[in-house]
Amino acid sequence: MATLSLENLRKQFAPKVVPVKDITLTVKDGEFLTLLGPSGCGKSTLLRLIAGLETPTKGTVKVGEKNLNKVPPGDRDMAMVFQSYALYPHMTVAENIGASLKLRKTPTDEIKHRVGEVAHRLGIEHLLDRKPGQLSGGQRQRVALARALVRNPDVFLLDEPLSNLDALLREQVRADLKQLFRSQNKPVVYVTHDQTEAMTLSSKVAVLKDGVVQQLDSPDRIYTHPSNQFVAGFVGSPQMNLITLRCENNHAIMGDFKLKLPNLTRNPSKVVMGIRPEDLAVASSEDAQTIQGKVFLSEQLGREELISLNVHGSEDIVLRSLVPSDHDWEGDAITLMIPPHKTHWFDIETGERLNREDYSPPVDSVPATAQNRAE
Amino acid sequence: MTQDAIRQRERRVGWWLITPALLVLLLVFAYPIGRAFWLSLFEQNLGTELTAEFNGLGNYARLFGDGRFWRSLWNTSVFTLVSIVLELVLGMAIALVLDKSFRGRGLVRTAALIPWALPTAVMGLAWAWIFNDQFGVVNDILGRIGLISEPITWLGDPFRAMLALIIADVWKTTPFIAIILLAGLQSISSDLYEAHSIDGANPVQSFFQITLPLLAPQILIALLFRFAQAFGIFDLVQVMTGGGPAGATEVVSIYIYATVRRYLDFGYGAALVVVTFLLLIIAVAIVGYLLSKTRINVTGER
Ligand SMILES: Nc1ncnc2c1ncn2[C@@H]1O[C@H](COP(=O)(O)OP(=O)(O)OP(=O)(O)O)[C@@H](O)[C@H]1O
Ligand SMILES: [Mg+2]
Repeated sequence: MATLSLENLRKQFAPKVVPVKDITLTVKDGEFLTLLGPSGCGKSTLLRLIAGLETPTKGTVKVGEKNLNKVPPGDRDMAMVFQSYALYPHMTVAENIGASLKLRKTPTDEIKHRVGEVAHRLGIEHLLDRKPGQLSGGQRQRVALARALVRNPDVFLLDEPLSNLDALLREQVRADLKQLFRSQNKPVVYVTHDQTEAMTLSSKVAVLKDGVVQQLDSPDRIYTHPSNQFVAGFVGSPQMNLITLRCENNHAIMGDFKLKLPNLTRNPSKVVMGIRPEDLAVASSEDAQTIQGKVFLSEQLGREELISLNVHGSEDIVLRSLVPSDHDWEGDAITLMIPPHKTHWFDIETGERLNREDYSPPVDSVPATAQNRAE
Repeated sequence: MTQDAIRQRERRVGWWLITPALLVLLLVFAYPIGRAFWLSLFEQNLGTELTAEFNGLGNYARLFGDGRFWRSLWNTSVFTLVSIVLELVLGMAIALVLDKSFRGRGLVRTAALIPWALPTAVMGLAWAWIFNDQFGVVNDILGRIGLISEPITWLGDPFRAMLALIIADVWKTTPFIAIILLAGLQSISSDLYEAHSIDGANPVQSFFQITLPLLAPQILIALLFRFAQAFGIFDLVQVMTGGGPAGATEVVSIYIYATVRRYLDFGYGAALVVVTFLLLIIAVAIVGYLLSKTRINVTGER
């Protein structure tokens, strides 16, 4: 039984280089926390702080009640999978997997048994006598995973373990990972900049930007209720439409059309409206709130088509929408409906979410709040 | 034109292109080696009034009974072994220090190479002065810190003369080994050490289980160079001790030099050269073989 908790963690390399600013979060047994963020936002640094490869400038890392700040990496009972896999090139696969057990003076028989067991579970038994240099990328990735699993550690740390795999393999390994870690029932911290991975694997996602947690929430709430403009734009593909609009007595003006504003926490003169392309549907007659525009580009995605259109009355507003691909839309005029309950409104300056009235978290979920945020 | 014909033509052109290089190689390597071997079958010395008289393997038979040759071979081996071991250990230590980043590392790294860049004869003269019993720095320092009460002879004592030679050689060539090892160290990715520390290793374990095995190719290369160099050492010994006292530091090349230049025994000198050459080739071949094996072992590729 272990809970990993980070309290006010900060890492400063130089006066201006602060990849981790002030992060507080907990990961319980069986929880799968994903750190999601763009390149350079401090994900790896945070993970290395947890592993003990970096010492925090401020704050603490705890497992249970135990403060680990002074504990060296080897004594933390955490296993880490590196982005580069960091397999020992001069050891065979079996030696690689068993290295940690050997360092802990485990009897040879037991090492052999446990290595065999893990290798069997990951389907790499036939590779045990090879050197890492003779393996494919996917096989190396499995060896790296096996090396972590064989230890049966308190906490698992994974730094972009799938980033070196091709798209197809990644999808397959992703599913395997999910099953594997569900059966482990240990805290898992997983770093990625791939939002699909974050969405499919995690029980909790922390979206990071510049060393600050933007939102800590379940994957579906991150998707449906992004707490600010950054999260809204970062999560989701194709990207959410984010459009700056002028406000006029409780309506936002989009070209020739008026969109009713909900009860916002503030009444600004300009807002950023966000709506996902898949939430913009071709209007049927009874739809209350619609806009019209001219399609100038359509991209075939297979099942659907991503169209880009200019809204009538304002040439510089471009909306992108996912529509059924049964028809070639290019050059057509189209009427789209904008469902009010799927529209997000953000403050133009701070990027904060403004429409909070539809925000009613389910009783058991962790609220997405600004208190995880340090500014 | 068929594939085969093209390839054949390519091969023919290839031979033409390497012919000059082959000729040069034959001229500078094969000819002297062959000539030395041929000479070693003759007796040509003051006894024969410097005319060559065919002697068969007589020179080689003489060599087996020549205590002075075996002694010089022994001296060479002692010198080679002790200096190489010391150089490897010290070179590794220096490389490990230089691998850490600290202020002024570049400067230190360049400065470390100075001993190696000095001409051996010049630095041999300097060391001869350093070990001078009357005016040498070593005796002065040892006297000042009270380790010796009166000056001791360094280069005049069989054991200490060898020691002095080894110290001078270690001083000169440790930087070379350090730089080779440093290149190896810097090619080891730091996440291997990080992974190993997460696996529970302390720095000493990491050194023996990660650093040393991954450095094996560089260690062997350094060994190879240094072995060939130390085994044929001449200038340093010639300048510092001249092979003395009483032949205590007479290494093989000094003995060969004396045989040929002082006793004008050309046939026998050639036989000595051939045997030493063979010994060296065998040793280099063994190290070369080990090297190719570790290359495969370390990476598992090829
Ligand atoms: N040892 C270090 N010294 C100085 N700056 C560092 C160090 N390690 C990381 N940084 C800086 O910290 C910032 C965050 O780096 P980090 O590796 O955590 O990013 P990341 O989120 O993992 O990015 P990526 O997705 O590209 O892996 C970067 O700007 C990086 O330059
Ligand atoms: Mg990273």
